[in-house]
Amino acid sequence: MSQNPDDDGIVLTEAQKRARRSRSIAIALALAALVVLFYAMTLVKGPGVLIRPI
Amino acid sequence: MSLVSEGVEVRGPLVAGVGEPSLATVGDYIALMKPRVMSLVVFTALVGLAVAPGSLHPVAAFTALLCIAVGAGAAGALNMWYDADVDALMTRTARRPVPMGRVRPGEALAFGLTLGSFAVVVLGLLVNWVASGLLAFTIFFYVVIYTIWLKRSTPQNIVIGGAAGAFPPMIGWAAVTGSLSLEPVLLFLIIFFWTPPHFWALALFRTEDYARARIPVLPVVSGDASTRRQIMRYILILVPLGVAPWAVGYAGALYGTTAIAAGAIMTMLGWQVLREIRPAERASRNLFAFSILYLFLLFAVLLIERGWGGLIARLAA
Repeated sequence: MSQNPDDDGIVLTEAQKRARRSRSIAIALALAALVVLFYAMTLVKGPGVLIRPI
Repeated sequence: MSLVSEGVEVRGPLVAGVGEPSLATVGDYIALMKPRVMSLVVFTALVGLAVAPGSLHPVAAFTALLCIAVGAGAAGALNMWYDADVDALMTRTARRPVPMGRVRPGEALAFGLTLGSFAVVVLGLLVNWVASGLLAFTIFFYVVIYTIWLKRSTPQNIVIGGAAGAFPPMIGWAAVTGSLSLEPVLLFLIIFFWTPPHFWALALFRTEDYARARIPVLPVVSGDASTRRQIMRYILILVPLGVAPWAVGYAGALYGTTAIAAGAIMTMLGWQVLREIRPAERASRNLFAFSILYLFLLFAVLLIERGWGGLIARLAA
């Protein structure tokens, strides 16, 4: 199976690149917020967070 | 691609296809979450959380409200995924991201499922599993029972489906106590019986929209006069329920006075709607607008009277 050297695949327009970038930043911020939330709640729960019934 | 201009008349969710790379912006995804509905959900959940006995760390309270907000957003996105075909036919909803073609149906579905899963699991892990279970049931109820099943099949859709919007105070209460009691059930009943007159007042002056989309709302199926009578009946149930928290001793004199005064105005506006004859719609518009203020007033006074002092005490503790 050979690949056509002229085939560049899907080329995004500037508007599509901007939209993708803004979505990527939003996802990154949401994930960072989730990490901070879990960190803060671990502090709030204190040592109790490690006490789990087996 | 706009489904409005193409006059799409398919029923059920639109099938996602492989097309152009997405142009959806962050704003489109925020619109999918129905931010105005979300704000009411967060507010009523805050009241449930604030009036509940016991204590909850402010960070945990924030986490609970965040999860409830995200869960409501997920339900909104899943609703827009399934209802894209009828949204395209109605003036009020035609500019939503899916019927406008800015977000593909498959993207809305994936977004809703991801948000909903995260909200339920995070609420369970960080707060408690009773609140988490209630949130999961609320999302299921709104999407499957209301949107997929009832909305297109019965004029009682909003009566039963309205329960989904009534659950948030119970979730807030459960986040603090890990259980339920009569008081959050009263808050549930107030929103449950508030929803039909609120929604039917809107449907009275949007009847053509719903008829075009073939949604069997009460004014389309049973007619104008019958809807006006039903609105009055529900207001007559709602007003005593609004006063009930004061009557059974859960709320003080300020709440009682507010509930009686606001209830009297609701009854008067309901009476005007009952006497109004189409094509006049002023009374319906007035009732729709005031109904929002009615619910806000009741919950705000409850928050100030019962919850605010408790919240301050918890923060100071």
